[in-house]
Amino acid sequence: MDLLANLAMGFSVASSIANLGFCLIGVILGTLIGVLPGIGATATIAMLLPITFQLEPVSSLIMLAGIYYGAQYGGSTTAILINMPGESSSAVTAIDGYQMARKGRAGTALATAALGSFFAGSVATFLVALFAPPLTAVALQFGAAEYFSLMVLGLVMSVALAHGSVIKALAMVVLGLLLGIVGTDIYTGTPRFTMGITQFADGLNFVAVAIGVFGFAEILRNLEDEHEREVMTRNINRLFPSRAEFREMVGPILRGTGIGSVLGILPGGGAILASFASYTMEKKLSKTPEEFGRGALAGVAGPESANNAGAQTSFIPLLTLGIPANPVMALMIGAMIIQGIVPGPSVVTDQPQLFWGIIASMWIGNLMLVVLNLPLIGLWVKLLTVPYYVLFPIIMAMSGIGVYSVNGNPYDLFAVAFFGLLGYVMSKLRFEPAPLLLGFVLGPLLEENLRRAMILSRGDPTTFLTRPISAGLLVVSLIVMVLVFLPQIRKRREEVFTESDA
Amino acid sequence: MSTRPRDDTDLIAGVGLMAVAAFFGWQTMGLEIGTSLRMGPGYFPMILSGLLFILGLLVTIKSFGREGEPGTPIAWRGILFILPAPIFFGLTVRGLGFVPALFITTLIASQASVKMRPVSALILAVAVTVLSTLIFSYGLGLPFRRFGPWLPF
Repeated sequence: MDLLANLAMGFSVASSIANLGFCLIGVILGTLIGVLPGIGATATIAMLLPITFQLEPVSSLIMLAGIYYGAQYGGSTTAILINMPGESSSAVTAIDGYQMARKGRAGTALATAALGSFFAGSVATFLVALFAPPLTAVALQFGAAEYFSLMVLGLVMSVALAHGSVIKALAMVVLGLLLGIVGTDIYTGTPRFTMGITQFADGLNFVAVAIGVFGFAEILRNLEDEHEREVMTRNINRLFPSRAEFREMVGPILRGTGIGSVLGILPGGGAILASFASYTMEKKLSKTPEEFGRGALAGVAGPESANNAGAQTSFIPLLTLGIPANPVMALMIGAMIIQGIVPGPSVVTDQPQLFWGIIASMWIGNLMLVVLNLPLIGLWVKLLTVPYYVLFPIIMAMSGIGVYSVNGNPYDLFAVAFFGLLGYVMSKLRFEPAPLLLGFVLGPLLEENLRRAMILSRGDPTTFLTRPISAGLLVVSLIVMVLVFLPQIRKRREEVFTESDA
Repeated sequence: MSTRPRDDTDLIAGVGLMAVAAFFGWQTMGLEIGTSLRMGPGYFPMILSGLLFILGLLVTIKSFGREGEPGTPIAWRGILFILPAPIFFGLTVRGLGFVPALFITTLIASQASVKMRPVSALILAVAVTVLSTLIFSYGLGLPFRRFGPWLPF
């Protein structure tokens, strides 16, 4: 079977000593930043991106992927122990996980989260291996018009899944697109929006934009109100779940994996939605719904499986289409471009080693996380006692080095300060940064495909509607937009986000 | 003083968006628009600027007639020390070199917290500088000059 042969090749790539090492570094770093509040996966990956340029493309992507799903794991540890989700996708876990911890079942909750995540991660990795190649075959048929429509759908989804006002999220997408255009026009060589600064002729450095908007803005938010974090380092009971608890968690884990796998593929941050959807579903199916919110095992098992499955399947649009499903995937695209790989359907045929190596490494990374994390939980808990005022200067130093080492260009450091201020002002005005970053990455691609499609159709804009795949994608985008503005859905959406904020 | 409800955050957000849109629109004026068949460099940015302006207008209009949520305090001290840190690093990393530039940058950044004592700030900055130099310069071999031409030695 082709799939097995490909997976075998992937495993041989991923299990080389060097790649195992990078995978390990990735998952440990990921867990670390997932545990530490105040620094997210997006900012960390942006910071470490330049350092990975020295590595082989496979190794660098394996490590970055490890950071990403390691952060999901670490995020649930803090959610359970201190009711503070390290990552937004583990916000739902905090609801019941923290309650379990208060009842002295912290060990069980942590083990459930780890086992659920591992199972979901394994299944989702297999799904990526199964579905990526056929999707790639479809994607190879895509012309400029289809790509344009697909990106429109991706941006619309990111708006639909953003917190808060839809109009403001739309504005962020448009602003991101405009910022993405800064630099030299590829067709005519005309500099655009560079303010006459030649250092910006190649466009704004996306590492600077990501660190500024996500990292610095987050640090400033944390400095608004410096209060002591209360760490619950209560004794953790036995880790291994009993047979009855096993039986209790099987259903939620299976359902969570299913929901997560499907929603993860959606562009715009499916993992957060997946964990919430899974929680709602478990609550509905449960014989004892009153247990939810008071330490229900299913309330940890389901959402944790769902967010991990979603994190894995969000690689599908990246690997097959070169379209990012969330800000982290947008950074991965940047990493691929800098490594000289054109993200898109051709990766699977041109670079099979890279493609299958990454997929295999995801499974290995998930295994490492289970093996490592359960015994190391004590260490992670200790890390939580490191005060924030010690952490953020370190983060600042790392950001500075990271941004500078991309091109050795001091202007990138001025840009990072500017985007830090912009990010902070945006958060004060309740704008979401994720749609901006997606718009920023997709801006040049969107424009290029628009222009190419118009040339191919001899200036006839109906080309987007007469080509069936393109028309289908645009119709879906339209439906999503209409749905988001429908009053009942709007109300429901607000509830979803307030509850996941809690 | 009007007593009608108004969401000040959204009012500022909307006006801000319109101002940004106007700025991009003004910058687009100098670019060739082209035709829809052969789009010039200004075509797509022009559409986007227009769209952003409309969205800003909508946010502004919607800010009237409802109460906003109370704001949170602004991290002035953070802004004052966090944002200049990378700028200082950018200005001095070539002249002073990686080691002294990073040391001072960390020191500046650490002042953003009221809880940071001078002694602990110094210890932290030394530790960060030493470790970063070992990891990035010696370990990963990133091409930084450790000490730059501005220094006498």
